[in-house]
Amino acid sequence: MTSSGQLQLYSYHRSSCSFRVRIALNLKGFDYEYKPVNLLKGEQKSPEFLKVNPIGYVPALVDGDIVIADSFAIIMYLEEKYPQRPLLPRDLEKRAINYQAANIVSASIQPLQNLDILKYIEEKVGPDAKIPWVEKHIGKGFAALEKLLKNHAGKYATGDDVFLADLFLAPQIHGAIKRFNLDMTPYPLLARLHEAYMQLPAIQDALPENQPDYPKT
Amino acid sequence: MSSPCFRVLIALNLKGLDYEYKAVNLFQKDQNRPEYLKINPLGYVPALVDGNIVLADSFAIILYLEDKYPQHPLLPHDLAKKAINYQVANIVCSSIQPLLRLPILRYIEENVGEDENIQWVYKHVAKGFAALEILLKHHAGKYATGDEIYMADVFLAPQVISVTNRFNFDMSEYPLLSRLNETYKQVPAIQNALPQNQPDFPGKCLSTN
Repeated sequence: MTSSGQLQLYSYHRSSCSFRVRIALNLKGFDYEYKPVNLLKGEQKSPEFLKVNPIGYVPALVDGDIVIADSFAIIMYLEEKYPQRPLLPRDLEKRAINYQAANIVSASIQPLQNLDILKYIEEKVGPDAKIPWVEKHIGKGFAALEKLLKNHAGKYATGDDVFLADLFLAPQIHGAIKRFNLDMTPYPLLARLHEAYMQLPAIQDALPENQPDYPKT
Repeated sequence: MSSPCFRVLIALNLKGLDYEYKAVNLFQKDQNRPEYLKINPLGYVPALVDGNIVLADSFAIILYLEDKYPQHPLLPHDLAKKAINYQVANIVCSSIQPLLRLPILRYIEENVGEDENIQWVYKHVAKGFAALEILLKHHAGKYATGDEIYMADVFLAPQVISVTNRFNFDMSEYPLLSRLNETYKQVPAIQNALPQNQPDFPGKCLSTN
């Protein structure tokens, strides 16, 4: 907890879950303190971090006495406590589309492509198995998202404003392209959204390469 | 019945909402048939139909129900307690359950080995349950986050019941979750949502001749 009452975000530059929260904080206009946690080096298991967040999950937000982990929980907390620049539309159906899109990413895609899972696939199935595995699960999720958003998208995923769905989509699509070189031809709507996201300052500033812990070459 | 479906049934029961149960047999891949895809193009189960609105994804459905039907709130007012509920829901629906889905287990069995299957399950359940024990330690009351049933319980109950019934998972290292499991056995909204109490549970509708 800082004396200025500034929010602190424990984050890893490349973690798509951290990326989601960084976008939310930028959209809501927060000047937050970035606390890097290197997941590759296992820093999430360090005593210092476990003292802040006993379950060792990243990202974690510290707001005074309150510590919250899990990107969705953090974003919903921010949404309720700091209502400026809403991250959810008022219309119930549009809200539901946002929740669905967010969950397709966070339950159907991201858990199957995280570091531990990919390491397991590489070691136990074989180094050649990793890419087909990733392409299958991202592809399945992206195909579902194309269908889900077809009749709802505007400039962004669910209309002409950036909402929760975009916060989950932007990091996922960025990661699929940058990390796994995914061919986006079958996903024209998501490809178009990606272009729109890359023009948005709140998302650009949240990119892995623009974080303090991004490795300098 | 899948645990995502189980979650939604609990939520509907808690809110006292009457619903029409439409069975979709995942083993027979009903979710890929044209009749189902017409209703829900994503082919995901569960799906809720509320008038003109069709929603898939248990988390999205439950949040929609919470927004539209405020009786028996599934989230507490307190922001920190609410956040704990979201965290629990996500530990279950992002860190544990997706890794236990049938296609994933089939892949592990075919590509790594039959015994690896169960090791995979135990590893991921253990990881998630260990996190839940820590997370809920200072928040649990009669139920996961206090003395009322909230979203955390809606997600926990199916997960704990599923791993103990389906995989014989040893709960001895998870005293809090074990206690909650016992408590859930006394909750009608949860008992009525159990797979074995649904119209499509195998053997349920057999008539005696």
